[in-house]
Formats: sequence, C-alpha cells, structure tokens
Amino acid sequence: MAIIAAVIRWLAVTSRSSASIDYSKVGLKVGLEVHQQLDVAHKLFCSCPPRLFKEEPEASFLRRLRPTQSELGQVDPAAYFEFQKGLRISYEANKSTSCLVEMDEEPPHDLNREALEAALTFALMIDADPVDEVHVMRKVVIDGSNTTGFQRTCVVALGGEVEVSGKVVPIQQVCLEEDAARLMGKDGAIAFYRIDRLGVPLIEVTTAPVITSPKEAGEVALTVGRLLRATRKVKRGLGTIRQDLNISIRDGALIEIKGVQELELIPMVVEYEVRRQLSLIKLREELKARNVEERHIKDEFVDVTMAFVNTKYEALRKSIEEGKRVLAVKLLGFSGLLRRELMPNVSFGDEMADRARFWGRIDEIFNTDELPSEISNEEVELLSQVMKARDEDAIVLAVGLEEDAIDALKAVTERAREALRGVPEETRAANPNGTTRYMRPRPGAARMYPETDVPSIRIEEEYVKRLRSRLPMRPEQMLKLLMKEYGLNEKLARQVLDSEYCELFEGLVKETKAPPTLIATTLTETLKALQRDGIEVSRVSSEQLKEIFTMIGRGELAKEAIPDVVTWLSEHEGLTAKEAVESLGLIMLSEEELERIVKDIVRRNEGIIKQRGPKAAFGLLMGAIMREYRGRVRADVVSSLLKEELETFG
Amino acid sequence: MSESLIGYRGEALKLLREANVEVGDVVRITKGGLVYEGLLMPRSMYEDERHIVIKLASGYNIGVRITPEIHVEKVREGVKPSFTLPPRPEQKPGSPKVALVSTGGTIASRVDYRTGAVRAALSAEELYSIVPELAEVANIDAEALFSVYSENLTPKHWTAMAERAAYHIKGGAAGVVVAHGTDTMGYTAAALSFALQNLPVPVILVGAQRSSDRPSSDAALNLLEAVRAAAFGPFAEVVVAMHASASDDSIVFHRGTKVRKCHTSRRDTFRSINSPPLAKMEHGKIAMLIEDYRKRDPSGELMLKPNFEEKVALVKFHPGASPKLVKWLVEDGYKGIVLEGTGLGHVGDYWFSAVKEAVENGVLVAMTSQCIWGRVNMKVYDQGRDLLAMGVIPLDDMLPETALVKTMWALGQTKDQKEVRNLLKANIAYEYSPRTLYE
Ligand SMILES: [Zn+2]
Repeated sequence: MAIIAAVIRWLAVTSRSSASIDYSKVGLKVGLEVHQQLDVAHKLFCSCPPRLFKEEPEASFLRRLRPTQSELGQVDPAAYFEFQKGLRISYEANKSTSCLVEMDEEPPHDLNREALEAALTFALMIDADPVDEVHVMRKVVIDGSNTTGFQRTCVVALGGEVEVSGKVVPIQQVCLEEDAARLMGKDGAIAFYRIDRLGVPLIEVTTAPVITSPKEAGEVALTVGRLLRATRKVKRGLGTIRQDLNISIRDGALIEIKGVQELELIPMVVEYEVRRQLSLIKLREELKARNVEERHIKDEFVDVTMAFVNTKYEALRKSIEEGKRVLAVKLLGFSGLLRRELMPNVSFGDEMADRARFWGRIDEIFNTDELPSEISNEEVELLSQVMKARDEDAIVLAVGLEEDAIDALKAVTERAREALRGVPEETRAANPNGTTRYMRPRPGAARMYPETDVPSIRIEEEYVKRLRSRLPMRPEQMLKLLMKEYGLNEKLARQVLDSEYCELFEGLVKETKAPPTLIATTLTETLKALQRDGIEVSRVSSEQLKEIFTMIGRGELAKEAIPDVVTWLSEHEGLTAKEAVESLGLIMLSEEELERIVKDIVRRNEGIIKQRGPKAAFGLLMGAIMREYRGRVRADVVSSLLKEELETFG
Repeated sequence: MSESLIGYRGEALKLLREANVEVGDVVRITKGGLVYEGLLMPRSMYEDERHIVIKLASGYNIGVRITPEIHVEKVREGVKPSFTLPPRPEQKPGSPKVALVSTGGTIASRVDYRTGAVRAALSAEELYSIVPELAEVANIDAEALFSVYSENLTPKHWTAMAERAAYHIKGGAAGVVVAHGTDTMGYTAAALSFALQNLPVPVILVGAQRSSDRPSSDAALNLLEAVRAAAFGPFAEVVVAMHASASDDSIVFHRGTKVRKCHTSRRDTFRSINSPPLAKMEHGKIAMLIEDYRKRDPSGELMLKPNFEEKVALVKFHPGASPKLVKWLVEDGYKGIVLEGTGLGHVGDYWFSAVKEAVENGVLVAMTSQCIWGRVNMKVYDQGRDLLAMGVIPLDDMLPETALVKTMWALGQTKDQKEVRNLLKANIAYEYSPRTLYE
C-alpha cells in the first residue's frame, strides 16, 4: 500500500512539474543584474591585487556592525535584529591580498581608473550614455560582507540596450562597484568572512524588467556576458560572474534572487520561482476555502519538551539532554499544506523552516505534516492532546534555547499569516540545483549616501570620444574572425566565443604553433569534460596551457596527452607542463626510436602478417602500438611507418 | 553662498536660481536629447562650478555637466524630512550620573540619506537613540560645549573644558566623558591632567577613528565603554579611551600624560609611550594594568588649575635647522621653548649661541627627545653637558607634546622662574615614569 501511495505521489509531482506554464498568461517579468569581476591590476580603492588566497589566514579581527539610523529614524529591521542578537563578524585576511583599506583601518584611495575605463568601454559598446561626473556612493549592507558596513558603488553610464533574438532589451544602468568579502561559514553568533575578495572591481549591468520567459532570461545573460568578455578586461572561472534575478508574476510578488553563478541555471531558476509563486497563490486560495484567517494564527507557543523526553529521534534527544526545549505552535487549518511542494524537494514546511532558522538559532525544526520517521505515534498522540489540535490543524515544533525557539516560531507564524496574503516579498539565494532559499527580508529603498572619502570624477567628452574610437571587437565580429582567420567551424567558433577563453585562444594561436582547431577544442570541450569529471581545471594557468601547446606545436607532445597533462597540473600546483610530461613519462619518442619499435613489432609478428595478409594485420599492429605508446607518439607517423614496413611483405 | 543651494557657485548657482529650485527638490534636467530626473543634491564646495548633482530614483548620485543647451526645471518641491526620536530607552534605576561634554567631531551622528548630510547627535536623547545600550550603564547629562575640529582647539579651549569638567564633578557626576576629535586629543588629555588635580572621579576623553555615521564606526563602543568606566572605573585620572586593536572587543585607557596618536587612520592609533596603558575593558569588565594609580574617591576635593600660557613653542631640531627659529621666538616674547632634540637630547652646536641667548633672556628652555620612546640623558655626551650648563632643563621620559602642555601650564601658574622649574621637575600627573620596563 505504502509503495502504491508513493508512486501516486511521485506521478502527481512529476505531472505537475512537467506541465508547461504559459508565461505571458502569468505575467512574468524578469530583470537581470549581471555582476562581472574585472581583471585589472589592482582593487577598486587600493593597490592590492584582486586575488583570493587558499592558505590559512595570517590575521583575523572581530567586528560588530551597528545599524545606522537614517534621518527618518529607520533601521533595517533584519539588520537590527541581527545586531541585537549580538552578531559578530570574524574577518580573515592575509598580507598578499589585503591591506588596511579592506580592514576599514584606512580611508579608500582614489577610484581605479583602469576599472573605470573597462566599465566605460562596456557602456559604450551597448550604446549607454556615460554620466558627466561619477559619484561614488555608500550602499548600506550590514550583514558583515563589507567591513565598512556599506558597499562602494557608482553609476558610470545610463541607458543603452542589448539585442536578443531580435528583441531590444533596454539597459537601465552600468555601475562599477567593489565586490564583497567571502562568507566562509557561521558558528552561532559569529559569521566568518574572508576579505581577500573585498574590493575586487565589479561591473554591474542592470536590465529593464522586460524579460518574459525563462529561456529569454538565459539568452539575455549570455548576450551581456559575451559583451562583457569582449572588453577583454574580465576575470574567468567560477564565481567571477554572478547574476541576480528580479522575478515577478501577476498577483505574486517581486522576488530578488541573488548569486546565480552558472548561466545554464538561469532558465531553471526563473521557472522554479514562477512555480513557487503559483503554488503559493494556490495555497492562499485553499486556505481561504478552509476559512482560515490571519487572526486565527496565534503566537501561542507551548513547551512540549515533556512529550519527547524518551524519544527515539536521536538529534532531538541530544538537544533535550543539553537542556534545550521543544516549543510548539498550532497552525489552525494548515494540515496537509506544509508538505505541499513549492519547488523540487522543497515543501512549504521547508520554506517556513528556512525562515525560522534565519530568525532563531535553533537545533531542529519539524512539523506534523512531515514528521521524522523516528517520532513515534504515541509522541504524536500526546503532542496533539497537549496542543488540543484537530485533524485539520498542523503543529510546528522548534528545538533550541527557549528564547531562540520563540524567535523561530514567531517567524513561523508570521510566514503562516503571509501565506494568507500570497507571496511575501523577500530576497532569496540561489542553490546549485536551481531552487532557491530564503535569505532575508527585502530591504526597503536602498539607503545610499555619498562616499565623501573619494572625490568625484569628471568624464570629459574628449576622453569618451577617444574610448569610442578604439572599442574592442563586438562578439558577432569576433565570431566571423574566428571562422575566417583561424578556420574554426561555426559551432566551435561559437563555443570559443561563449567560453571564458576567447582571449586566451587568440593568444595561444599567435604564440604557439599548435593547430587553432586543436586549441579551440581543448579550451572548450576537453577542459569542460575534465571539469565534469571533477578535475579542478581552474588551477591550470594560462601560462601552463601555453607551455602545453608550445610543446605540441614543436612536436614534443602528442595531443592525446593533453587530458593527462592538464589533470596532473591541476594536482601539482606551481609546477610546469614540462615537469608534468616528464613525470607522466609522456616524452615523445624520436622518429628513430619509433622506427625501431615498428620494425621490432613487425618482426615479432611475422607469422600473423603472413597468415592474414599485411592489410588485415595493419589494424591489429597499429592498435597494439597505440595502446602501448599513446601520448608519446603521433598516430599519423606510426601509421605511415607501419605501412612502409608492411610493404616489404607486399 | 545660498543656504538652499549649498555648495553651488558661479554658473551652476545662477542656473539653479533661475530655475527657482532648492536642494531636495525634484528636478528635471534636459540636454541634447538626454533627460535626467532626480533630487537636487548639495555640492561639495571643493568641486567645480560646471556640474549639478542629482540623486536618481535608484539612489545613486550623478553629476550633470552644464552646457549651453541645458535646461533645468522643477518637477516638485522636496519633502522635508521629519525626524522623530524613538522613545527613550528605559533607564536602569539607580544608575550613576555621567556628564558627557562634547567638543566637536561626531561621536554620534545620523545620516540624512536624502541629501547625504551627516548630523551630529548632541543631546542625551539623541545619544540614547543611537547607542541605546548607554541607558543600561548610566544616566547621561549631555552638554555641547563647542563644535570645533580638534585641530582648531587652543589652550583657551582646554581651560574651558577643565572648568566644565570641574563643574560637573562638583555637581556630583560619577565621572566625566569628553567627546573629542582624535587629532589633538593627546594634548587635551595632558592639559586636563595638569588642570584637574586631586581628581575624585575619572575624566575620560573619547573619540573615533571611523566617523560615527558608518556602521563600522568605532565610536559607539568607545563611547559606551568610556561611559562605563566613568561610571564604575576604579581610577580617578584623566585618560583617553580608544580601541586596543582592530577588533571591536576591547578598549584601553591611556594615561593623559603618556598618550600619543601614533597612526593616521587605525582604530588603535593611541599608544601609551614609556608606560603600559592604565587599564583595559573587555566584555564590560575593567582590568587595571598598572598598580600605582590614583583611586576613585568621591569624597576628595578637586583642585582646579585651568590657566595656560600660550607663548610656549615645541621646536623640533633637525640637521641644518636654522637657529633663527629660536631667535625669532625670543624676539616675539615667547616664555618657554620645548626642544625636541635628537637622541638622548641634543641639538647641533650651531644652535648653542641661540639657546644660550634664550635662557639669558629669561625664556625657559627644556629638552625632550624626538625618538619618542626612551628618556633624555644629557650627561653622556659633551653636547648634552654644554646644553645643561646653559640652563636647558632635561625632561627625562616626558613626551614632547606633554612637555609642551606642561610648560604652558606651569607658566600659567606662576611668573617665578624657579617655581616654574620646580613644577616642571615635579611628577604631577604620572608624566614621568622613574622606571622604563622592557616591553
Ligand atoms: Zn588593499
């Protein structure tokens, strides 16, 4: 019976999620914010290199960020809550990637002109209007990601547009801003951030919210990304480009989704968000049909620890033994709705739990719709009695210190009330599988004020004219060049263009004698395949790749050896390709050695050759040689030598 | 300059006046096919007259260049912000009274996100609204004495500060906190150390290296712990309270006569020189770092000696420095010269006749070292012995800045040269440390 029920549920889920959505009917509107790290000599407001470190930090310091009060006496509620709860931030640093500026122990230096020029160049490529005078602003962010408590950012151009499949997508603004510190983890009331990334220059491109389908969102991101890469001033590798999405549907809410790192995910994120909003709207109608009203949801939290003192649910028992409490709240009429799936493997109950965890530091949270299997029927029975719950009610339980459990359950009841209003406005973070999770409430209007430590910069007409006269090649021109000049077929040319390696490709073609098509397939297909197999390709530097292709160009390395060499280099940082080749025993055999090998194998197999005839034996012997010497010989050379040798049997 | 068009000059001012707009109004600027709409922002007085600054709907400011075809029009008048203070936090009953005298800088402030202006918070009400934790520590009696950048403070301001501190102490304050810009806080700390003698309660100077309008400011913690120490600290001395490190976890209290600003921008810029700091506060708990200190004793009788002689100079000797510097000071009627000599306390022999002349003219000449750390000893080399013979007073391990302030103070107490010398040599506020330890 249970199996059949599970199958039916599975069918219901898959049929629901495969039903296609009419996006124009639901009124989908998407706006994109593309953030691209710049590959310039130093950070935006100091002379540190824009680099990350992997070693143990050399220094750390502890800070608190106090929500500043605006003239209107408002503080960001989420930020103030965190502050009251005593959130402290432990910053990690090393000397090679940060200085006193990132520590907020020294005022910022002047704005990096190289970065400004890159942003202006991009702006001119999309036909935006550079502003006459750039003013650096402080955008208040007090989650710890900026040591100052604000992000420095400035508009460098307004307007502009990109064309995607014949549709014009207006660009609202092009900004230049500093990247934030990296969150390394949280431990109770301490958040750990690494300040190496802080201050790395970013271009932020904001499109108008005119995108109307998931597919289009992906295409716009791709187009903007291509144009950014065309400036030849952008960084490559995971995490160097990040997309934020603003998604809304009719009768839903404007949801900001942060930090989509992979282009391929964008359509999925949009689709899942639309499904989530549609499900929440449907949930609201069901609650209404059940006559549930906001006033029915009461902040009455009951200590039900006693019901679980002998529980078999290990984690729960441990928490109770540590002196934590189990608090419960009853949600009248919510039974069955908490297990409703909003996104693949994310139920409404999960969404409540995310919320609860944000507002209260709890060990566990679960509900009667989705009980852990270790909870016994007796325990549920007792719980229902204590809570005076009917079959149509749901109960949510939070485990933690009493104060924390209360904070968590307050967030639960708040979320339950919001369900009666529909989709709550919030900021969400993207998960690697395309789903999203609650991040924080949507901040009010961005609180920005001038960065008085950095003087404004005038963008003179002459300078703009000069930049305009030497704009980099546009992607469509580049595509033609790749095909005509380097003889790539269209598919490969497009792959190179859309990879992060376009500039590297050109460099390698110019500086080595390896065939362009080989370089192109290596950079696009081979590296990608290795990445898929879990090889950390990003650890292999452009210099090392150049070394590999130089060896290939000189005939010192066989192209078949590339995957092995790249893999070895990713595992032996700081060593050279030559060392890889030596260590792997991939040194190419000289023609004489090869000749000797061919002669030798032919002699040893004379019997078979005579028996089967030279033609039939060729494949056999060729295979044997290649098996033995793959990566150290060129197949075409072996083939001609072998043919030559076999002719003597003719 | 027009108040309603703050910072605008020349061409820009004329254009904005003609358009009849004020800072804060919503304006539309049209030029060559481009249209910009936003709130008119004030302009920094150091920037040119060719641009108008507006805040776009996105919150960003941009500057729009004035060209012949530009057109500015008012869309609507700005909404003046109204600020209502949040209710005063509940005062902990029986908390001690602490006087907070502000002299300038902004130990607490609010940002007007509309115009970007930073407003100082001066009243106790405003302070509580920004640092509510203060209410749990003390009952604050706030007074705005001046609003002056610390580099603009003179000995006259020290006198006024000493008098106000004395007033509050006599009025029963458990301690006095003086909010002060950090640049010359060390000098003021020394001045108050000599002007407020026989202190019954602590007097604590406090400032911030990061302005208080930013979330990362060190101001709130410095202020909170200064107030806590003023209310409960066991010592009764004049001290400077600032961050101990780059972290927001501990505050150190430096003796007013031993403290020096040693870094242009770091939070832990203040250092105790030739002495450990007096005390340290961590997690609201204070620990004394020096055994010999003046203890809190509210029954004690404060002695106020607030006068300073301004005609005293601190002169740094350097290779090639002209002795005319000293001669000019004598001619201009200076009463005291504190030399910042090289090493153990030397100046080049080409200064000898000028120094001798100064002493003979009744000018008090004292010697400190530009090494900052260590004490002068003028008996080791002939150069030093010569200067001693001329009547130059060696000031041991006293900081040059403290020596300047003390000479001003001593000359403000009496006209009698011998008495002044005695005052200079006496250890009045721990300005001399007889032993320097290896740290
Ligand atoms: Zn730096």
